[in-house]
Amino acid sequence: MEPCTASLPDTALTRVIDPLQSDPIAVPACVGTGAAEIDAALPWAGLPRGLHEVSGEVGEAAKVAFAASLAGRRSGYGGRPILWCRPRRVALTAGDPYGPGMAHLGISPDALILVEAEKPADLLWAMEEGARTKGLAAVVAEGVIPNLTASRRLQLAAEVGNGLVLLLPKGRQTAPSSALTRWFVRSLPSRQEAGGPGSPRWHVELWRCRGGGRLREWIVEWDDAAFSLSVVPQLADGSLAAPAQDGIGAIGAQRSRAGGQSPDGGRQFGDALGPVRRPASG
Amino acid sequence: MRLGLSVGQPLADARALVPDLIVADSEPAADAASLIALTEWCTRYSPWAAPDGEDGIRLDITGCAHLFGGETGIVRDMARRLRGFGIGTRGAIADTPAAAWGWARYRPRKAGPILRTGDDKALMSLPVAALRLQPDSLETLAALGLDTVGTVAALPRGPLTHRLGEAVLERLDRMFGRAAEPISPRAIAEPWISRLIFAEPIGRREDIDAATERLLANLCREMEQNGQGARRLLLAFYRVDGAVQHIAVGTSHPSHTQVHIMRLFAERLDSVAPGFGIEAMVLEATETEPLVSEQTGFSVSGEMDTAALARLIDRLQNRLGPQRVVRLVPVESHVPERAERRAVAGPSGRHHGKLGTWSLPQSRLLKSLRPLTLLPIPEPIQAIAPVPDDPPLSFRWKEKNHRIAAADGPERIGPEWWLAEGGRKPRDYYRVENSEGQRFWVYREGLYGDEKEPPRWFLHGFFP
Repeated sequence: MEPCTASLPDTALTRVIDPLQSDPIAVPACVGTGAAEIDAALPWAGLPRGLHEVSGEVGEAAKVAFAASLAGRRSGYGGRPILWCRPRRVALTAGDPYGPGMAHLGISPDALILVEAEKPADLLWAMEEGARTKGLAAVVAEGVIPNLTASRRLQLAAEVGNGLVLLLPKGRQTAPSSALTRWFVRSLPSRQEAGGPGSPRWHVELWRCRGGGRLREWIVEWDDAAFSLSVVPQLADGSLAAPAQDGIGAIGAQRSRAGGQSPDGGRQFGDALGPVRRPASG
Repeated sequence: MRLGLSVGQPLADARALVPDLIVADSEPAADAASLIALTEWCTRYSPWAAPDGEDGIRLDITGCAHLFGGETGIVRDMARRLRGFGIGTRGAIADTPAAAWGWARYRPRKAGPILRTGDDKALMSLPVAALRLQPDSLETLAALGLDTVGTVAALPRGPLTHRLGEAVLERLDRMFGRAAEPISPRAIAEPWISRLIFAEPIGRREDIDAATERLLANLCREMEQNGQGARRLLLAFYRVDGAVQHIAVGTSHPSHTQVHIMRLFAERLDSVAPGFGIEAMVLEATETEPLVSEQTGFSVSGEMDTAALARLIDRLQNRLGPQRVVRLVPVESHVPERAERRAVAGPSGRHHGKLGTWSLPQSRLLKSLRPLTLLPIPEPIQAIAPVPDDPPLSFRWKEKNHRIAAADGPERIGPEWWLAEGGRKPRDYYRVENSEGQRFWVYREGLYGDEKEPPRWFLHGFFP
């Protein structure tokens, strides 16, 4: 006999009981990206349940990180499960999710369920099953490009199961799809801290958003401490500002974005006080 | 005993007496399990077999002895076979189980294992320990100077009970057959099988589906009434031409939900070839576990349903294979690729093996950041780096040159020398960022200055 999972009717009693139950681990209907400016550009003030695509350049981990941060926010403190589907070749070329690394982006490693499937049909089937299951935080899939029919099925399955399906196709995607939003994420040089790479920075573009919204782009920076994205404002002279929360005595160099000038490579050997950085030109 | 060893002796003393002593850890659980297995083996002599305490088995061989050539035959056969297993035994046959217990452990050296019927004199000459009493009762008896069963039996019953309690009398009565002591055999597990034999061979897919549903309904109803859930099921198709086909499914949680198991079977029924027809189908639950009913909550919002997650994992594993649906398990190890392990997703929360804790780096400035994705096999790269310890200035991977704009490191991770496959070289890890903003985790294996082998560079992971 199936356990009784039918929802209770919306009577006065359930309306009284429901708020009293304080269900802190309920899946939010709409997950915000964490950056107010990006949320403001979306008609739902966040990403609703359904199918979303995050594409990027080949061999970059930026799109994986963006998707992971969204999934992590949906997974929340309780660590609701995240289904991560990919074929083996993606694991061999672009790397497999690594637990301690995923933790930096707000995903509890215990929440990850890794699914490996070779045939695209199997991969799409696994995504659909996961999207349909109520209570999964998100389904993330790499290395598969569904056609229009398959993407519609994924969208419907996500609506049934209140799930978030994040597709990470390889390269730039222009094929028709019924995804609610389409993003393109690229890595950007970070603001250096003590000579080494600082907080990761990405260039996030919203290519398509169902229900309005034109092409928008932002430069975001991932904050390790707050586990959230923050948009980096661009200053009048074209350089990027430092985010409000500063590191501990970092003397990072400002790098100008316009003109695509690459700064001097490598580190300079300084005296005993430490390495010396030359200010960027331009 | 001959070597001077005794139970409860410290290991150092024992080793001093016998230098080449073989030592093994005691595993009470494994011992109990093997005792049960041995009891089940002993049912070949008599169906009435049960374990007796921690190190004994008792059998009721009434009416079975003649099958093995009498009582001597049974004893000889059992001793021979058990010796072949490598198990040392002392056996005894007597009128009552208590007498047999005492005779097996405390009979005089010259006496045989079989106690003749009515031979009370031999029983009387056994020491009091043969009565299977508690140690304090034995001490009391020893203090009173009662050293054999006969002396205890000769005492009047009333004062004996008053002085030593009822246990002594009860044991005496059992030994001499005045009180009953039945042996309750172990229950044989009944197999969970449901069969369907067709009047005419079937071949159509709809018929096979309907038959599977009916078999499942039967089996699930029986299991539900007995509070059991199936973990592994086997469906066998017997074809007209004599061939037999099997489909096996497994679940991560014990389940007697018909809908769920039917879905697992439905995906595999495509692989059945009916041939000229199927004349019988047999569904067996080869592995079952007690099923605890879960109470569902009243919540109408989307709460996490662990049963729903278990069913999802079941469906994924049954279609893709159990090794392809895994979870991450932390392992205590410095070596990055060994700090986590892939474990087949089992019932939620149940991990196989020792569970470590995730050692998550706390701060970026502590240089212990870990990459988002890790390559299963590190890729060799060609790197140019100033000696001896500095991060690379540029590296070449897959026909593409990357010029390093910023680098952090080195973080030295040494080989785990305490493991058998240690002896590898230490690694110096660097977190590098190229001119376009992509961030990598590269390492150099080996140190400069090593004449035999120059150090090599590898790419291990990608940072966001």
